[in-house]
Amino acid sequence: MNYYEVTGGRLEADVAEARPSFLFLRRLARRRLALVGLVVIVVIYGAGLLAPVAAPYSFTETDFGNTFAGPSLEHPFGTDRLGRDLLSRVMWAAQTTVIVSFAAIITGGLVLGVSLGLLSGYAGGRVDNVIMRVGDAFFGLPDILLLLLITATVRPRVDNFFDKFDDWPVLGGLIDSGLPDYVLVFGALALFGWVGMARIVRSQVLSLRETDYVMAARAAGARTPRILFRHLLPNVSNIIIVALTFSLGAMAGTEIALTWLGIGIQPPHPSFGTMIFDASGLSNLRNHPNLMMVPAITVALLLFAFNLVGDALNDVLSPRRR
Amino acid sequence: MQGLASYIIQRLLWAPVILLVVSMATFALGRYGPGDPVQILQGQYRDPEVRERIAEELGYNDGFFQQYWRYMSNFLQGDMGTSLTYQGQPVEDVIFPRLWVTIQYNFVALVLVFAIGLPVGIFAAMRQGTWQDPLLISIFLFFASVPVLVTIPVAQWLFALKLGWLPSGGWETRDILGVEIGLLDKRAIMPIVILTLPGVAGVARYMRAQVLEVLGEDYVRTARAKGLTEFTVVSRHIARNALLPLVTLMGFALVGLLGGSIFLETLLGIPGIGSYAFEAVFNRDYDGIMAIVLITSTAFIIANLLVDITYAFVDPRIRLGGGVGAQ
Repeated sequence: MNYYEVTGGRLEADVAEARPSFLFLRRLARRRLALVGLVVIVVIYGAGLLAPVAAPYSFTETDFGNTFAGPSLEHPFGTDRLGRDLLSRVMWAAQTTVIVSFAAIITGGLVLGVSLGLLSGYAGGRVDNVIMRVGDAFFGLPDILLLLLITATVRPRVDNFFDKFDDWPVLGGLIDSGLPDYVLVFGALALFGWVGMARIVRSQVLSLRETDYVMAARAAGARTPRILFRHLLPNVSNIIIVALTFSLGAMAGTEIALTWLGIGIQPPHPSFGTMIFDASGLSNLRNHPNLMMVPAITVALLLFAFNLVGDALNDVLSPRRR
Repeated sequence: MQGLASYIIQRLLWAPVILLVVSMATFALGRYGPGDPVQILQGQYRDPEVRERIAEELGYNDGFFQQYWRYMSNFLQGDMGTSLTYQGQPVEDVIFPRLWVTIQYNFVALVLVFAIGLPVGIFAAMRQGTWQDPLLISIFLFFASVPVLVTIPVAQWLFALKLGWLPSGGWETRDILGVEIGLLDKRAIMPIVILTLPGVAGVARYMRAQVLEVLGEDYVRTARAKGLTEFTVVSRHIARNALLPLVTLMGFALVGLLGGSIFLETLLGIPGIGSYAFEAVFNRDYDGIMAIVLITSTAFIIANLLVDITYAFVDPRIRLGGGVGAQ
């Protein structure tokens, strides 16, 4: 690809002035589809974050005089079988997705994945071998089945553990709000979520560790952690952003799958998985298809948007395709 | 090729270790998870003495490794224990007919994924720069993004309830030369289509990238200059060079297909291994779970092993990689 394609035909001085981070934002802005995706993610995640203040009703507020209502001014998405407002429930379900996917990404993808990937790629040899083989083991296993098994068997223990703190002032309230469920789900997700990130980071570090500046740092007496986090990490950050976008979408998808299976966040707290599960089934579908369509379309849009944005970021950030 | 040989041996030695760890972890989860198998067998008689006798007879009082060892040696001899979901039936009698059902529609879906994905990818690459390329890829990307637990209810609503074209679920088999085949029934259409659509995007995008990479190569230009038809250029000179690394996608496709079958079979009422996994977990049918985990993990590990080895053949960079300054 020639120079003008890369810079979009701008003058050299113009490019030199632009900081690299702004350059990629500018490139991203030229992709309309990705921008639409970004807007969708921001709207749905924003609705989730703002649910406590912005949701018109509480997710438990029933209205038995007004069940299975169609869209109206009071209830833009209609109501469910208990007369609960669907819009509010979707917003609260989005909050569940926001919390679980971000917690899983930060623990599994960022902390575990990035540091293990850096270590694996830089140290090489036996350390690399052990980390990557453990990763292979997790990657090569049927994760949904194992997550199902782990959460089904470990859950009572987690509940027992948290029961001890039930009387504590702040923690007790958190536990009642379903904290153990969140911990269980994102813990299980993180367990399987680090591998992809570690592999990507490792492959980048493999080529970077032989570069002059890393050698120079080593020669100057820098210790391994400093080389890893000061010299290598900034150079793989682009790749990390792309991988995070993709895996955030994947985590959201798995969270929905797990709650569909009845694992994790328990009713009455809404989640997309339980909403879809409750609305599927032939008689429900026949009589009240909108109970299905509202969460289904939201989930479809959200996950599609993640893929669109991840794709565009991949094109914009990965040096090979520039 | 010495590097390759040692790489393969290394991977072959590692596979049983992974299986050992996974089977032990699963066994431990089953033994120390909620629910007491002895209590279930004990039924009405809550007599501690009876309980002790049953536990002793079944070996629940033995150490963990002893129990594990006994279970595994029975398993390898074909005795997988007793199903609690289908009471009294040996697990092996439950699992294998179900495995066959799952394999049937998964195999067809896997073939279709490649049969559709490859031409779509090539077509998209040839149309790069027009509106057709992003549109086509986006459509399949959409299906790849949406989980089956969303697509199935929507498909049931549309095709079974609104249009009445397809049955809403189930699985009917026909006896063909002594083999139970379920693919000839129209009930098989929905699971196959729903499994195929999400897989297409991966293959299509991969193929698109491959084709774009070789499109500017000299040998493609030469082929065109010789006056070969566009079809020959694409099929003989472009596609062939992109096909080999495609094996790696097979493994990932397989993983994706099996993972989805839990939801697919539960929602569509297909008596496969996915719906058994779902039932087994909720019935605390640990012998069943153990067998499913062992069988699917083995299949996954073998598939990944084959993929990695093929990949190492194709891409020599994979097996290079020693410690710092090793080169």
